[in-house]
Amino acid sequence: MSEISGASVVIVGGGVTGLSAGWWLAQSGVDVLVIEKGIVGWEASGRNGGGCTHMQSPLFLEEQRLWPMMDELLGYPTEFMPHRIRIAATEEQLVLYSRGIATSRQHGYRYELLDGKQLRELVPLAGEDIAGAYYYHFGGHANPHRTVQAYAWAMQDHGGRLFQNCAVTGFRTEGGRVTGVKTERGVFGCDQLLIAAGPHTGRFSAMLGQEVPVAIARAEMIVTEPLPLMAHTGVDGNGLYGRQTLRGNLAYGGGPHEWLELPDADAPAKPSTPLMNHIGRRLLEMMPRAAQVRIIRSWAGIIENTPDGRPVIDRLSTFPNVVVATMSSVGFGLSPASGHAIRDLIVDGACGFADISSFRLGRFDKLEPDWRELQGWNALAMEEIA
Amino acid sequence: MSRPTKFDEKSIAGKELSVEEHTELLVIGAGPAGLSAAIDAAGRGLSVVLVDENPVPFTTMGNEVPLHYGQGMSGVARNRNAMMEALIASEPLIEAAFEAGVDVRLGTACWGLYGRSESTRWLPGMVAGLADEERGWLIGAEHVIVAAGRRDMGLGFPGWDKPGVMGATAAMSLARFGALAPRRVVLLGTSAEALDAAGALMKAGVEIAAIVEQAAAPVGPTEMVASLRVAGCEILTGHVVREALGRETVEGVAVCAVGEIGQPTAEERHIACDGVVLAVGVTPVIDLVAALGADVAFQQARGGYAPVVDADQRTSVRDVFAVGDSAGIWPAKTRDRLVSEREGRRAVAAILSDRGVASDDMSIDAVGPDSPTYDLSAYRIGWVRASVVEARAAFHVCQCEEVTAREILEVRPPRYLDWQAERRNDRSLSSLLGEGPPNPDQVKRLTRAGMGPCQGRRCREQVAALLALQVATPLASIPLAGYRAPVRPLTLAISSQLPEAPEQALHWDVWFGIHPQWRPYWEVPEFYTVATNDAAAPAASE
Repeated sequence: MSEISGASVVIVGGGVTGLSAGWWLAQSGVDVLVIEKGIVGWEASGRNGGGCTHMQSPLFLEEQRLWPMMDELLGYPTEFMPHRIRIAATEEQLVLYSRGIATSRQHGYRYELLDGKQLRELVPLAGEDIAGAYYYHFGGHANPHRTVQAYAWAMQDHGGRLFQNCAVTGFRTEGGRVTGVKTERGVFGCDQLLIAAGPHTGRFSAMLGQEVPVAIARAEMIVTEPLPLMAHTGVDGNGLYGRQTLRGNLAYGGGPHEWLELPDADAPAKPSTPLMNHIGRRLLEMMPRAAQVRIIRSWAGIIENTPDGRPVIDRLSTFPNVVVATMSSVGFGLSPASGHAIRDLIVDGACGFADISSFRLGRFDKLEPDWRELQGWNALAMEEIA
Repeated sequence: MSRPTKFDEKSIAGKELSVEEHTELLVIGAGPAGLSAAIDAAGRGLSVVLVDENPVPFTTMGNEVPLHYGQGMSGVARNRNAMMEALIASEPLIEAAFEAGVDVRLGTACWGLYGRSESTRWLPGMVAGLADEERGWLIGAEHVIVAAGRRDMGLGFPGWDKPGVMGATAAMSLARFGALAPRRVVLLGTSAEALDAAGALMKAGVEIAAIVEQAAAPVGPTEMVASLRVAGCEILTGHVVREALGRETVEGVAVCAVGEIGQPTAEERHIACDGVVLAVGVTPVIDLVAALGADVAFQQARGGYAPVVDADQRTSVRDVFAVGDSAGIWPAKTRDRLVSEREGRRAVAAILSDRGVASDDMSIDAVGPDSPTYDLSAYRIGWVRASVVEARAAFHVCQCEEVTAREILEVRPPRYLDWQAERRNDRSLSSLLGEGPPNPDQVKRLTRAGMGPCQGRRCREQVAALLALQVATPLASIPLAGYRAPVRPLTLAISSQLPEAPEQALHWDVWFGIHPQWRPYWEVPEFYTVATNDAAAPAASE
């Protein structure tokens, strides 16, 4: 197999986590190269609601610090819009949504409760007959497509390299270190390796002797035709996540996911289903004045989750020059901060701005081998499929 | 295979999809192929539902769905009863289908086709989404025959957004209903399909002011060219439309001769007309089969991207068949409807065989596509180069999202972002997007070209040709921009009528509903095991 000019750090996976890490590393003067089997951000990184509000995470403060600066830092537009409104259609939702937001108070962030009338001034499509709406004086939304490409271009501006349409087939190891990444085009030599391959992170880490436990699932979103921009576009709730895009489309998702088996190498196909209509139903409940607005697309994405749904950013014990990273289905909003944390771990040996011990891989050391079955995260039976 | 004992209640497992009605065979499209299939199947005892979105509501036509009507509808198109009568009168097989016991639903669109696959195991089988003007619902079908017809490639030039510039298929459809407004048109293109459209429009009383062809000679059959010339049609080869003229609507066109690589060479000439008919390319309507996940491929002999079908018209999804124009368009099929009808009947014969019913129709010969007589890829790219790239003024290739050719090729952020700091204007498309052929979906995500309410119907082939031209590659190597359900825009009012399982409503969550995912990080225990997971209180996903 031919040796291709490698890099000091090779990153497997051109999703939002790998590209942010690549951008942070390139900015630090590190010779970095990202290998992507398809096109950047083609999987879950480009197929999400764009939310940037994750107070459960140790990366929350960095997420909040960075997003308002990202357009400037990257040099490309992300469409970030600050602040979020979350509509509770029912008293039950009002209580439920208060739990997460309460966490933000621990960090000194402010929110207030709007009534129907106040909500309508900001979100004219909304109904007045709501239990309440939380206005977050923090957080926000960005455009996933644009942000993923911005990371890639910004990384390249700092000298980082990107190989798209190049599938990884394995790794070359020597004396307890990974020294190269094998691909269908040849071997890329490396001093350090980052695996940020989304659904494939489990498969690749297993090849290196320490599997990151993940299960994959399909989830769906819808988008409507564009409408005039509302006074506040970063609005969701009623069981949905999403936003009005800066073009004016209503883009929302939510509802049940379907657990899947990961095919060996390829990305799983991801058709959408009539679940679209049930997302549409909740959107209409939340915005009754949008009845004649038309859905023009729906789509599905494939997302990986760890057993506790929390990220892994850690070194493999089997190969210490390998870092694995999965954000466990909550990667987009945290990406400015996750890339920073990964850069710190690779360059400085530890994250310098947050305590990411909850991202340790070792927390799964005592995990039941049949955890998927125990949690009911299995794919449905196949026997009836022709 | 033993079923796991536990299912994640937040997952789709155990949430039954509410399907309102069932049929043995669903046929989508009441053209010659779909009608023949439906009549044959009903005659063999199958329960058959046949849907067709025609007559399309006036407002839907106004949104350029499902064809590029170019606001060329006359007042007749507002009269639903007249449209319905004209539809039935124009196609004798519709009456025959009613008589054969086919459940014919006109004015009913199919906006989605879904089936079980590795990634959609929860679906009960083949399911189609239907809607009329008031209602939306799901129908289950054991077999589906897609006979969704054809669509026009859009072709831009300055003024092509003026009312009166329309696709040939749209013009013929309106003419069939007596609802076509323009009376004197300039038609672009000289393929067999274009010349056939010219003949059909003349028969409908429309005057063909001129036929414009950018290539040096007509690409269609010489006898068709000859008969149009005899009928008095002027055919301007080596010409393009430089601009559609007129204040509000089309009042004429400026045409000019072009050189070998599409550059304008001679003085302009103005031709008075009230319509411009785009017939530079017709292509199969593949939105339903592509969104379903059936294999499609660029097939020059079939008019572009078309479903991959076997000799029985079967797609890669076993119970789904494609027939008629939606399976491929070629001159013999355009000129003789029997070719389409036979395809419909072959599909039914295969379905009967699948069902274990002997069929005496297995001898219906498969008629493959004609050998192409011209290079379809080079021809379409030639049009885009001469008309779009060499245009004398910028215009919107994607009318919905107002994106120009230059903005597409430079992968510029949309103008509403007012993005000033562009460091990469000097870079080529390929260095922006990487190795491999440029992907229209990637360009779409970044420029929004093709992302609007007409669902890319007017610009997708143009964008593909622009990308192909830029990197000097044939159309076949430009990937297909994805199709997504709903393939017809669907209002939230209609969409939300579709009922959901009570279990689904009960367990609906914003995200995965994984409790430990949302607890504050300082409360995360040292080890996680399923047995010791104590994060059980209700938690809202963010």
